Amino acid sequence: MTVRETGHARAASLEFHGVTKRYGRGESAHGAVNDLSFAVPAGAICVLVGPSGCGKTTSLKMVNRLIEPTEGQILLDGVNVMTENVTALRRRIGYVIQQVGLLPHLTVGRNVAIVPSLMGWSKQRQSARTDELLSLVGLDPERYRGRYPVQLSGGERQRVGVARALAADPPLMLMDEPFAAVDPIVRERLQDEFLRLQHELAKTILFVTHDIDEAIKMGDLIAVMEAGGRLAQFGSPDSVLAHPASDFVAQFVGEDRGLKRLSLVTIADLSLEPSAARPGLPTFGPGTKLRDALSVLLAADTSGGVALDDAGKPRGFVTVDAIASALAEGRGTVANP
Amino acid sequence: MNHEPLVRWDWLFAHLGPIADRVGQHLYLAAIAVGVGFAISFALAAISIRRRKLYPAVTVLATAEYTIPSFALFAALVTITGLSILTAEIPLVLYTIILFVPNIVAGFDSVPWDVLDAADGMGFTRGQRWWRVELPLAVPLVVAGLRLASVSTIGLVTVSAILGQGFGGLGYYILDGYQRHFTTEILVGGLLSIALAVVADMAFVLLQRLLTPWAARRAEVR
Repeated sequence: MTVRETGHARAASLEFHGVTKRYGRGESAHGAVNDLSFAVPAGAICVLVGPSGCGKTTSLKMVNRLIEPTEGQILLDGVNVMTENVTALRRRIGYVIQQVGLLPHLTVGRNVAIVPSLMGWSKQRQSARTDELLSLVGLDPERYRGRYPVQLSGGERQRVGVARALAADPPLMLMDEPFAAVDPIVRERLQDEFLRLQHELAKTILFVTHDIDEAIKMGDLIAVMEAGGRLAQFGSPDSVLAHPASDFVAQFVGEDRGLKRLSLVTIADLSLEPSAARPGLPTFGPGTKLRDALSVLLAADTSGGVALDDAGKPRGFVTVDAIASALAEGRGTVANP
Repeated sequence: MNHEPLVRWDWLFAHLGPIADRVGQHLYLAAIAVGVGFAISFALAAISIRRRKLYPAVTVLATAEYTIPSFALFAALVTITGLSILTAEIPLVLYTIILFVPNIVAGFDSVPWDVLDAADGMGFTRGQRWWRVELPLAVPLVVAGLRLASVSTIGLVTVSAILGQGFGGLGYYILDGYQRHFTTEILVGGLLSIALAVVADMAFVLLQRLLTPWAARRAEVR
């Protein structure tokens, strides 16, 4: 089934099947991407992560055919992207890049309305959509729609970039290091806001970063790529941290991968000894991250705390040992944003 | 010898009509040269952008042509094209090329790659990208070329006075004043020619402000 241009389907599935990109021919040919296969279900964020030169941007650009694959197929909702009209394909895929690429001669409002205008929407529909999107990304339409890109801060530009990519309600978004050009504080805020936005929009997103922490934070799925454009591991952030498939992946995710997992797993993911209420001990809601729970336990110097269920009733007894063994067993599952 | 004043105002006021005609002719000759020169240069620039290897050849030829003294070129052309308007316009047009082509090429080169990448990714067709992205962003440097070429051409038009009465615009007065040792005429021809160049330059600055409101906002950043 093809997704309609106006985007009634909110999200599309994305599949890579043996995708290879080689530059040059014969002896001098070298692979940028090598036999890449993975599948992203509709509505999930898949992060391509790896060191520079591992082919992650090349992989992303093959989806909207800014680069064409040498071999293999990329399926968007089951349809090979190479069989579609290239401009129509691109107009229904949101595209966000690190440098943002706002058109400097157009106002913020007209930048956001680019794809709708290319698709021939009426002026009223374009401007209504523009205002809606600016509000969605936290920019007051009254204040911002008439400004030029040069009048914006780096963070504001990225927000406009995201709004522009969402304009025609695309079922798939391609995001290439979208938050890498801003300072760490702004980056973290943009990441949090984007995850909140994604919670409502539930787009399928292919996201490229070189930063493993960003990958862990943003991804429902992570594709770790290594030099030569090979897929080193594909799975949930937690499974990649818990069970690195190779020395390369273990090294890439870092010595502190155990600590990183603490940010992914929540109290609700632990299987615990049942417990009654224990006055005086710290309590943890089901959404508490193990990292925060551990911090409380270490700081309070207590033997443990009480995990609460959704209703606020005691569910079990949390100890430092329980947290440690949960990580060791790799039983925790992904904390959904 | 003669004790004439530097400027004979009575001569000036008696010749306002002919002076205005000469201003008109001056602008006419310059406008044709800049217009035709721009069209040819735009084509050469477009070829140079598509075929980068040709760009050095284009600039070398245009530069070589620019080294020919205008006086010599006008005189030499008389033997080929006679005393026609072509004899005046061919050198004027040729001299604009080296001023236009590098500016037009630089204008299109100045379009940031990330803007082009984003435009392609959003689904602009090639034609849409050229008209709606590349051309508007090239405008500042293209207009810079227009300013250079118009100022240079307005100055050079005076040299075409050597072709005779029907040419030269205000240059006619410079040549005539020189031959008659009549300072008033030389000053009228020279100063008005400078004034035309300044006005043309300012007109293009204004044009650029109108065409690129987005660039002027740079001053008010945050």
